[in-house]
Amino acid sequence: MLIKKPSDIRPSEITSESNYLSRRDFIRAGAIAGGTAFAPGALGAIVPEERGAALSDVGKSPLSTDEAPNSWEDITTYNNFYEFGTGKDDPHRNAQDFKTRPWTITVDGHAEKTGSFHFDDFIKPFDLEERIYRLRCVEAWSMVVPWVGISLAEVVKSFKPTSKAKYVAFQTLLDPVQMPGQRRGVLDWPYVEGLTIEEATNELSILAVGIYGRVIPNQNGAPIRLVVPWKYGFKSIKSIVRISFTERQPPTSWNISAPQEYGFYANVNPEVDHPRWSQARERRIGAGIFAQRQPTLKFNGYGEQVAHLYKDLDLRRYY
Amino acid sequence: MITQRQLRFVVKPVVFLACLLPAALIVTDTFELTGSLGANPIEEILDRFGILGIQFMLIALAVTPLRQITGWTQLAQFRRMLGLFAFFYVFMHFLTWLVLDRGLFWPDIVEDIVKRPFITIGMIALVLLIAMAATSFKRLRQKMGRRWQKLHNSVYAVGVLGVWHYWWQVKADALEPAIYAAILSLLLGCRLFKRRKPRATVLATQ
Repeated sequence: MLIKKPSDIRPSEITSESNYLSRRDFIRAGAIAGGTAFAPGALGAIVPEERGAALSDVGKSPLSTDEAPNSWEDITTYNNFYEFGTGKDDPHRNAQDFKTRPWTITVDGHAEKTGSFHFDDFIKPFDLEERIYRLRCVEAWSMVVPWVGISLAEVVKSFKPTSKAKYVAFQTLLDPVQMPGQRRGVLDWPYVEGLTIEEATNELSILAVGIYGRVIPNQNGAPIRLVVPWKYGFKSIKSIVRISFTERQPPTSWNISAPQEYGFYANVNPEVDHPRWSQARERRIGAGIFAQRQPTLKFNGYGEQVAHLYKDLDLRRYY
Repeated sequence: MITQRQLRFVVKPVVFLACLLPAALIVTDTFELTGSLGANPIEEILDRFGILGIQFMLIALAVTPLRQITGWTQLAQFRRMLGLFAFFYVFMHFLTWLVLDRGLFWPDIVEDIVKRPFITIGMIALVLLIAMAATSFKRLRQKMGRRWQKLHNSVYAVGVLGVWHYWWQVKADALEPAIYAAILSLLLGCRLFKRRKPRATVLATQ
């Protein structure tokens, strides 16, 4: 499978020795901390040894919730990642051999700095931070995930978007050889998503590269994925290969698939039902077989950080 | 040919137990004795019972065409049991939704039935199945006469409603409901095809 790359990448930009080394650094980063059976942050959940390499120098964040995170097992075996199949356990089974190195991220559009970057170079300038966020799926289930990521606001600023950059568009890898789900037209591949520039530079938005202090598993969107916790999970696009600064609202995959059910904004909102089911309450994964659904919070409980972004927007119309 | 005695005391009990096996597996998986229900056990139980309901409905609907093709008339004696298993699995699916998924939270339940068309048609199918299961006894059948057949002809509608109910709640990937829809079309098509034949033949094979 060929990945379209702009012709202006010099070979030196792709594989210089220093890049190679920084990649090793990233992986080695935590191999040092790998001896511990507990994730950094003393979350209490036991992470068995065969998990991905641990990450070091992970800072904490006041934006983390103090709710108990879901188990590693729940987070890594119950996934919506249609590129690897539409069943919840398909990604876990089909993404094991997915190759996330080498990985190139192309940045283009209305920004002063554009180009293609090796994954390690892309994330190197930014601090890794743990963000324990609620994740609310549009299917009315939820989890709490201890992500490790970099601030999307910092990333966006570093590329110096111009005044024409009103939106940030994201694209997932297109590779039907590695991604069996892309061999069927369940969605219009590659998966695309987008945010307004204000949403992308909100303090909550991150690009995640880890979970539970370890390198993010393939089925969760390795090597790098978006996390926007006040929006339904499908906005948090996985395995990103392209970030574009655009003037017009970019197309988004689920909106293309069913525009009457999935809008561009997709903010978590208990007051606006999905046409086929209520969004008022959600099932917390891991709560047990006799647990009641819990009420869904507007903006998934992140109203304090994001409600101001939508004060002039009719959320019933712009769902 | 199997004797009536063998059928009654060996084959039928074996088929009965085999039909119960998927339900037993759900129970043992719940306690992680055989496997597991995964991260969202309620959804898993709900889906398994629902799909089993559709599968048993299709199996029950396959009995008559199969009997006509193979000429093995004893097959007809399994029809009621298979139909009742379809009812059993659909009812378990309903109970799982009512008790585990909705937690007997009535405002949600009523809203779902009224506002969500895929749930509405599921409920219609369930009511028809309950009516058929309640009148499945031999004596009632004789007592009801022609009305019995009329009521039990709604099994075709239940098949259509069931597959439709499944198809309608799928997010994007309709492959599995499409497969069930194809099998259902085939089974219902068989009957249309038969019906077009001269009346005498129909009577002879019934």
